[in-house]
Amino acid sequence: MTTQVSPKRSRLDPEPMPRRDWLGLGALWAMAVSFLFATVGMMRLPKAAVLPSPSKKFRVALPETLAAGEPFVPPGRSVALFRDEEGVYAISTVCTHLGCIVKPAADGFECPCHGSRFAPDGEVRKGPAPKPLAWLKVSVSGSLVTIDEGTTVPQGTKVA
Amino acid sequence: MPAIGTKDALTEFRENLRAAPKRILETAFRTGLPTTDRSRSTFVFGNVFLHLHSVRTHRWSLRWLTTAGLGIATLAAFLITLVTGVLLMFYYKPYPEVAYQSIKDIHFVVPTGRFIRNLHRWAANVMVVTVILHMARVFYTAAYRRPREYNWLIGIALLVVTLALSFTGYLLPWDQLAYWAITIGANIAQSPREVTDALGITEWFDPGGLQRLLLLGSDTVGEEALIRFYLLHVMLLPLVLAALLAVHFWRVRKDGGLARPDDADDILARERREETYPVFTEQPQKTYHLAAIVRGRTPAVGRGPENTVPSMPHLFYAEFGVLMLTVAVCLLLSLLWDAPLKELANPNVPENPAKAPWYFLGLQEMVSFSAFMGGIGVPTIVLIGLGLIPYLDREAEGTGRWFGGPGGWPLVRLSLLFGFAAALGVEAFAIRFGWLREWFPNIHQLAITVFNPGTVLTALYAAFSIWAMKRHNSTRAGALALFTCFLCGFTVLTVIGTYFRGPNWEFFWSPADWPGH
Repeated sequence: MTTQVSPKRSRLDPEPMPRRDWLGLGALWAMAVSFLFATVGMMRLPKAAVLPSPSKKFRVALPETLAAGEPFVPPGRSVALFRDEEGVYAISTVCTHLGCIVKPAADGFECPCHGSRFAPDGEVRKGPAPKPLAWLKVSVSGSLVTIDEGTTVPQGTKVA
Repeated sequence: MPAIGTKDALTEFRENLRAAPKRILETAFRTGLPTTDRSRSTFVFGNVFLHLHSVRTHRWSLRWLTTAGLGIATLAAFLITLVTGVLLMFYYKPYPEVAYQSIKDIHFVVPTGRFIRNLHRWAANVMVVTVILHMARVFYTAAYRRPREYNWLIGIALLVVTLALSFTGYLLPWDQLAYWAITIGANIAQSPREVTDALGITEWFDPGGLQRLLLLGSDTVGEEALIRFYLLHVMLLPLVLAALLAVHFWRVRKDGGLARPDDADDILARERREETYPVFTEQPQKTYHLAAIVRGRTPAVGRGPENTVPSMPHLFYAEFGVLMLTVAVCLLLSLLWDAPLKELANPNVPENPAKAPWYFLGLQEMVSFSAFMGGIGVPTIVLIGLGLIPYLDREAEGTGRWFGGPGGWPLVRLSLLFGFAAALGVEAFAIRFGWLREWFPNIHQLAITVFNPGTVLTALYAAFSIWAMKRHNSTRAGALALFTCFLCGFTVLTVIGTYFRGPNWEFFWSPADWPGH
């Protein structure tokens, strides 16, 4: 006896995948997807929307006696301010390597943590720092200088 | 009216009350004192804590040389940190400055506070040491092989969690050391920027910035960072560690106990001085489906499994011995050396030199060449390499034997020589002659990221291990060479970072040569 291949399936034929299995699998997938979405949703919580750090902008008066090329570090800030004949400029003293505070030295800046050295204009001279020190936005009004630590400007930007 | 021959309820109540303490004990420990092999077995599998052990232990597992008790010592150290950590939480307050004051209180005012804090810190250090030694033991006895591959992976995860626990605990005192170590650590998390900046895509794709933001909850190390590290340290990571530990121990048992060589029984027979240990002293009452307990090809019929002893008491005595020894070592260290506490954290003046805990100083040494490669790239390569060992070495020779497998101890000795020489050579070169940035100041950062002492050392070790694999025509020989080199590199970098780096991370032969402040 040969088997007839019938194009029409009877409802008595075994289903390719039993209905219960299909429903069960569907339920499992639904559970997996909802867990995934829940996890993604939960991951949003620890990503802070408001950063509770002190204001990036501050105002300071430069000392009258500040010589050209001599750094002035306002107390409690990680910025070095300079004044020369072209104007006032600010260089961040946060090392571009791993965030230590660099110290202004005779020939630029030096980092205590991993020995990076920077030229007076912030260029890397030595060590692991991947980028030059950032120049920060300054604006001058009378004797007061406003520095915005959150905004960087191209190297060499000096404000008269 | 009670029936004749029965006691009245009041008498029965009185008798029950009198018998209650004894019955509570009986119901808690159903078997009473275990005196026979069978009751010893019941004692183990009837107890939720003990039943992570099998009821009988092979005598090979009890040899001192098999494990040196390193896994149990790690667990013991973890238990000490758990207990002392909970005690410290009575007084610790996770808020900047207040945190520092509370640690000071713990150190100077709280009864036994200084001692408990010392104990916490020393046990954490001991845990790091033993977890590394434990890994080395498992590796050198080739105990990671089938069917124990997965447990090796769990072990790698445990190593990472252990280090993460140490790192998060480091910030909590909020002193100078803590503050700057965490600043460096958080910026290592940000260091993928070294690559994305060099490619100019940070604006659109910034995984480094995201990692740092998630870790610190802010753009500076402050109160948000402290509370996050506190949460990780006292809650999240211990939970993860406990879950992984449970799986780890369970798998030790389910994978057939500790790895042993095929001829373990012969070796034991030669070593044995006394007569045979008791096998089953009576017919076991509980019947097992044979397939469930016998892995070998020939089931032992009519006799107990050979060369095994009841876990109660033989294994438990050994474990308690190691526990007590670990406690003793931690106690001694805590009595001799106080945990350090520097001055209050100052975000404007970095500690100089700012050093992480000793087990991260190898990393810090590599980070001083390239932040991304040293802090993320090479460690990831190392972790992936370690994790893959059991899947790449599928040989059978030497399992359960120290330095087992092709090559053996002579290869390990050669690898030690090469590993130390290569690490010292690369370091000496970089210290003496500097690196690319000094020679070509305008070189592209990616060149340094890819080609720096850390990656050079990694490549040298990889090349050596391929040579060893070819020479002995064995994957195990390659693994032996690579793992030994890894240990050498870790040691050399850690020692240089700890003892020979001074202010500005410059090389000094001795701290006595450091320039004054």
